[in-house]
Amino acid sequence: MNQRQKSSTIAAACLVLSLAASSFVLHHVDQLRPQATLDEVLFLSSPKVIKRASLGYDGLMACIYWTRAVQYFGNRHHYYAASYNLLAPLLEITAHLDPHLVVAYEFGSSFLAPQPPFGAGQPKSAIDLMNYGIENNPDNWRLYYDLGFVYFTELKDYKNAAEAFARGSRVPNAHPFLKVLAAQMASHAGDYETARSLWMASYQNTQDKLIRQNAVDHLRALRVDEDVEHLQAAVTRFGERTGHLPASMEELATAERWARIPVDPDGHPYKLTPEGRIEIREPHDFQFATKGLPPGFKAWPTFDAPQP
Amino acid sequence: MPAIEILGLEKTYMVGFWRKRPKCALSPLHLTVEDGEIFGFLGPNGAGKTTTLKLLMGLVFPTSGTARILGHEWTDPSVKAQIGFLPEQPYFYDYLTAHELLEYYGQLSGVPAKQRKQRVEQILQQVGLRDVKGVQLRKFSKGMLQRVGIGQAILHNPKLVFFDEPMSGLDPMGRREVRDLMEQLKHEGKTVFFSTHILSDAEALCDRVAIIHRGELRGVGAIEDLTSSVQGKVEVIWQGSQVPASIKALGAEIRVTPDRVRAIIDESQQDAVIDALRRERQRLVAITPVRTSLEAYFVEKLRHAETSVGSKA
Amino acid sequence: MNTRVAYIASNTFREAVRDRVLYNLIAFALLLSGAAILVGQISIEIEKLVVINLGLTAVSLFGVVIAIFIGIGLVSKEIEKRTLYTVLSRPVRRWEFIVGKFFGLAGTLVVNAFFMAIGVFAALFYVSHKFVRADALILVALYFIILEFVIICSLALLFSSFSSPLLSAVFAFSLFVIGSFAEDLRNFAGMAHGFTRWLATGAAYLVPNFSAFNVITSVAHEQPVAGQLILNNTLYAVFYAIMALSGAVLIFENRDLK
Repeated sequence: MNQRQKSSTIAAACLVLSLAASSFVLHHVDQLRPQATLDEVLFLSSPKVIKRASLGYDGLMACIYWTRAVQYFGNRHHYYAASYNLLAPLLEITAHLDPHLVVAYEFGSSFLAPQPPFGAGQPKSAIDLMNYGIENNPDNWRLYYDLGFVYFTELKDYKNAAEAFARGSRVPNAHPFLKVLAAQMASHAGDYETARSLWMASYQNTQDKLIRQNAVDHLRALRVDEDVEHLQAAVTRFGERTGHLPASMEELATAERWARIPVDPDGHPYKLTPEGRIEIREPHDFQFATKGLPPGFKAWPTFDAPQP
Repeated sequence: MPAIEILGLEKTYMVGFWRKRPKCALSPLHLTVEDGEIFGFLGPNGAGKTTTLKLLMGLVFPTSGTARILGHEWTDPSVKAQIGFLPEQPYFYDYLTAHELLEYYGQLSGVPAKQRKQRVEQILQQVGLRDVKGVQLRKFSKGMLQRVGIGQAILHNPKLVFFDEPMSGLDPMGRREVRDLMEQLKHEGKTVFFSTHILSDAEALCDRVAIIHRGELRGVGAIEDLTSSVQGKVEVIWQGSQVPASIKALGAEIRVTPDRVRAIIDESQQDAVIDALRRERQRLVAITPVRTSLEAYFVEKLRHAETSVGSKA
Repeated sequence: MNTRVAYIASNTFREAVRDRVLYNLIAFALLLSGAAILVGQISIEIEKLVVINLGLTAVSLFGVVIAIFIGIGLVSKEIEKRTLYTVLSRPVRRWEFIVGKFFGLAGTLVVNAFFMAIGVFAALFYVSHKFVRADALILVALYFIILEFVIICSLALLFSSFSSPLLSAVFAFSLFVIGSFAEDLRNFAGMAHGFTRWLATGAAYLVPNFSAFNVITSVAHEQPVAGQLILNNTLYAVFYAIMALSGAVLIFENRDLK
């Protein structure tokens, strides 16, 4: 009994210690090889090869690659990486393994096209991916929307966007807004309302957190852009009426008979510079804003994440 | 110093689907085996004999109780070098030859290399397997396997040897050989502890026996003592086939064979019978006290156990 | 004490050999030489790639299969056949039995891999007609494969100490598959929340992580392997094997051998 207890205690101690040690070493290995799961993506020539190697368990492999894609993008995005070379291959592999994994196309439409650090900067790849998705899921109206989305947001190709939305609207059970969007493309492509409805649609029709956050950020930026434009117009009017620039925001507010000082979506009042420019107080909070940025303002600097 | 002291070893298994029902394989056992004797551990199948042996070998762990073997705690690994074990219906690595098996076991028992070679040859000779030493064990018959088993049990010259049903499956020749071997071991000063349900073997070999039934010890003692709880009967044998009337009148148990008559009478009737035979001029052949056979003792103990169990229930 | 472990190990090796395990080398040789000859005739510029990939993958898969199929029976078969009784009635500690069996099985696999390695290099020579410095990387890949074997052996032995051969095979094989995707499991865990996260992370560290051991693809492309990685993998394999064997010993020491 004694002998047995001794051996058992030693064995138990060894078990616990070696578990701790192996976990530690494992953790260390992770630091050595970040993104090691993606090594083979570099070497394999095409998604077809991966498909064959899956031995028929395509669905499972698609899920795994999808998770890797999200992880890959999420990690790099967090650190404002300068490149996302593997995003397109990962999404392509996912789509080839399971052409009906719709969320992959959604993700691609949101994050393949925009320029770094907000996306991979590959709108062409995004278009190709969307078309592949449509080819395999011709009755899914969302994919036409995603295609039009890419044309609209990154390529500013309103004609093709309109066509995509229109095709989508003809799909049975399509969401009615597709027709609306198609129509708006024709004449009001540059309007804030159009953009707003597009981003609202994006937000409402997905469950993915990253895509939603992206949509929210864009909507906030739209609000800011719109506000700055109106405020700037007010400054111009003031100048034409009085012959000089308003001394402060309060003076402008009084002249325009606004109930209160205008604030941005975060509640911070807009700034009026001595030169008469309207500026956002915290430009870093509105990554996608195109107006109201101080001169010489640089967006977040991008970092070179570990290759690739 | 006793060779084996079993101090209350007990084993209860938990059986059933949820392992909640206790099944007692061995009630707390108290037993001592003296140095240099052949000790028989008797009982019907399922009595707990093998359980006891497994407990002593450390193959199974007791629910309570301890034991001492050759003066040490039974779990002390150093004890193992001095004991040998032959399990019931043994099975060995069938891809090895007899020679290789003994060599391997010799290594594990710590027999020094120099002695090992010699010893293995010696044992093979002793158990009569010299001629087949290069044959793989998978080709061995049951009797041959039993011999290998005995060989591996005594290979390292242990002081104490445990046999579990050593005669099972052997033909009369084989059994005779095993019996001779056990006598030989005793002669060499070793202690032998063996379990069996064949009483005649025990009767022939053992100095002392213990009887176990349904996990409980029913009786312990030297053979003579156990079997001399005589009922005071005497067996009288005389030539011929005639039975004097007076003897018949005694109501004795009589058996007539072609040339002899056997009668079992009370001790008290002995003189009367002898007188009767002399009167009738019958030729007396023998008068012997009747000893209870071990079998009778055994059966009686078991029946007693049954009734006491019955009354408990 | 150590000698007993060595005796048990060598007997385990002997058992494997007599069980005709090494005949698998014939199948391997046929496979590899067939592939080499085929590829050599077609001349599609990737002969070397095919030989290395196929050869090393075969070494790995054959070895894992053998490890599992022999390993699962190592303890349970002895208990079932009761060959264990006469072994444990000798001055052999239970833990020595487990450790001895482990080294015997691992040794069998190393020997097997050694012969296969010769085959791979022979096939390589056949298609390339010469060796280059980068071919030494194949040895690194082989070393990692052997480390994988060490882990699998320890797991097979762990399951064998308490489970039937069939169940042990299922468990061991499942862990091999999960272990190949262990990095993904860790990623999943990282994205989960609350209790699930703890559970998943725990599982991710408990299963054997084979992802870092598979360098076959990069070796085939003549990519060097970091020395740090070699060290780390060695340490991981050693610690993991100790962990699994400790578990096996713990279970076996306290088991009633009915």
